[in-house]
Amino acid sequence: MRSRENSGGGFFSGRLPERVRRTLSGGLPLPLTLLCAALFFALPLIFKITGLATARYWLDLLNTVGLYAILALSLNVILGHAGMFNMGHAAFFAVGAYTTAVLNTLCGFGVFLTLPLAGAAAGLFAYVVARPIIHLRGDYLLIVTIGIVEIIRIALVNDIFGVTGGPNGIVGISRPILFGYRVSRPHQFFYLIWFFVALTYILFHFLERSRFGRALKFIKEDTVAAEGIGVDASRYKLMAFVIGAVFAGFAGTLYSAKMGTISPDSFNFAESVILFTIVILGGSGSQKGVLLGAFLVMGLPEVFRGFENYRLLIFGAALVVMMIFRPQGLIPPVPARYVLPPPWDAYQEPQDPSEGEGEARGALFPEGGAGEAAPASAGEGGRPSGGGGE
Amino acid sequence: MKAPAPLQGGPGLNLPARLSPLKVLLFVPLMEFFIQQFTNGLAVGAIYALIALGYTMVYGVMKLINFAHGELFTLGAFIGFTLLVTFDITGPLGTFLGIALTAVIVAGLVALAGHVLEFVAYRPLRRSDRLAAVVSALGASIFLQNAIMLRWGAQYRAYNADLLPNVSVSLFGQSFPLLRLLVFLTAVLVMSALYLFIHRTRMGMAVRAAAIDQGAAKLMGVDVSSVVALVFIIGPALGGLAGLMVGLYYGQINFYMGQLYGLKAFTAAIIGGIGNIQGAMAGGLLLGLIEALGAAYISVAWKDALTFGVLILILVLRPTGLLPERVAEKL
Repeated sequence: MRSRENSGGGFFSGRLPERVRRTLSGGLPLPLTLLCAALFFALPLIFKITGLATARYWLDLLNTVGLYAILALSLNVILGHAGMFNMGHAAFFAVGAYTTAVLNTLCGFGVFLTLPLAGAAAGLFAYVVARPIIHLRGDYLLIVTIGIVEIIRIALVNDIFGVTGGPNGIVGISRPILFGYRVSRPHQFFYLIWFFVALTYILFHFLERSRFGRALKFIKEDTVAAEGIGVDASRYKLMAFVIGAVFAGFAGTLYSAKMGTISPDSFNFAESVILFTIVILGGSGSQKGVLLGAFLVMGLPEVFRGFENYRLLIFGAALVVMMIFRPQGLIPPVPARYVLPPPWDAYQEPQDPSEGEGEARGALFPEGGAGEAAPASAGEGGRPSGGGGE
Repeated sequence: MKAPAPLQGGPGLNLPARLSPLKVLLFVPLMEFFIQQFTNGLAVGAIYALIALGYTMVYGVMKLINFAHGELFTLGAFIGFTLLVTFDITGPLGTFLGIALTAVIVAGLVALAGHVLEFVAYRPLRRSDRLAAVVSALGASIFLQNAIMLRWGAQYRAYNADLLPNVSVSLFGQSFPLLRLLVFLTAVLVMSALYLFIHRTRMGMAVRAAAIDQGAAKLMGVDVSSVVALVFIIGPALGGLAGLMVGLYYGQINFYMGQLYGLKAFTAAIIGGIGNIQGAMAGGLLLGLIEALGAAYISVAWKDALTFGVLILILVLRPTGLLPERVAEKL
């Protein structure tokens, strides 16, 4: 799996429509994807027409799934694309949520006015805390981020700056007003939240395929090689952290607005673990996988409410089983979707799994060989010219 | 306030020669307070050290953070609860024999649980990447935590307050609760035994070899699989013992306490340099002291934040830990 991902990036040509078509829908034909999306967004209407008695419940559930989808998608930039084990994502979520709550209840800012501020606050916070720790390797980073999320929670409980309301949190956050239209009912939040999910998904989709995204992927595969080529690993990692945090901050705003009241308990370590597992279960680095993960992790427990006591037990066991039998997640990222120019398809067609190395090389050649005289001798060496050939 | 002690205090107290009676009045109780907090910190630190050993040994050999270790610790506390409170084992056997037997059973059962855990959740992942192992560990942790909750309930459970006679022991002119001394001494005893085992036996040498370089150890004829299994027996046994100690020391346990204790013990392991066994012992004691004194002199509410602050500072400034002995791999 590792070596195959190398084939990402490098491709940059004028055939945008095809690229968009093939990658955004990922395997499914675009019309089908659009149909699914349309059906999904019509759900409130469908609920209304069929007169489903529990529509409110299901919409609330979908809203929760949506919030977690935004959070997990933003974590995916850090964990999936940059490969940094961040288990403190709830901290950024908390900063965003509390920024909105404080500005709204104390200063009377409208919720939507606080949205960019919440994102900025979370991003700034991420910048400050991540800067000294960004160089830490794998599990050390994991532990430090756990420490950060715990410190944030303790700070919130202890009523830091005298504005967070201590363990009870903040109540009475007003409903957001959009173009003079007050968002308060579940189906209104449904559209608000899922609009954001779609926006996040599309933005990150193109981010992943940008120069930035390719740099992250390279760093994830081999930091030393990336740095040797001149990719400023620390800078890109930090940027990934900040970008992820900003969107977690946005999610915080939406969460505050939806709940109307927030408390430190909503942003604890367990929350970070849930986000982490959403990304890993769904498929680290794959946005479709992460979306699916959000539905499964947040939705399935609700569906099986009857087994309330056993759901986390089963969840834990499922994680172990999953890591043993399918560690790459339910929908792993599909590197083959990067469309290579036709002449080089010959290299890609023989999808013989037994020669993973050769396949990676085959995918590397076209990038380096596109315009420059990249030496084909070094496997890693071919990579940068793809990035530099932009 | 208690009556001021005689001017000399204890052997540990070197009072300045010229002290006004007023200053003595203030100073002696303050000193007493400090000593009490200090010894409390040592006792708590010894417990952290016991848990930290499990983390550090597993990390040393497998390069894996065993997230489920905190839950094994909780399991120890609850098995102790069942034996001491539900079965009232101290009734027929007498206090000390009963508790000693409980400790042995707890250590044995938790070691068994650790062994099973390794077999089910970690062994199949030995060759996969670190992320998969970490997530598997998280899954195992969630599973165990909820299994404990389903078995023993979600509420706090209390050890009987009268399990151990509430007596104080006089030492160096100060009196300490017997329990505190027992916890500290037991932990030190167990850790000394572990130290001897690791440094004086062939098995111990195998553990050290596997921690330095698994591949090379294998080439030298070390059976790394059984070293891993061994580490997953010793670590949980110590963790379970620590759980029992917490139950006895604080009297209250709950199903999610392993999370916080686990994080703190891991911090202790990091302070000592992860993978370093003596480091974990020293780190645990140091962390216990920092926490007890921090809670006493700075703020109780920020006690846990202080711990994590220390963790972050150490990882940022000196990621190989405070002990210079073993150079961990590049971070």
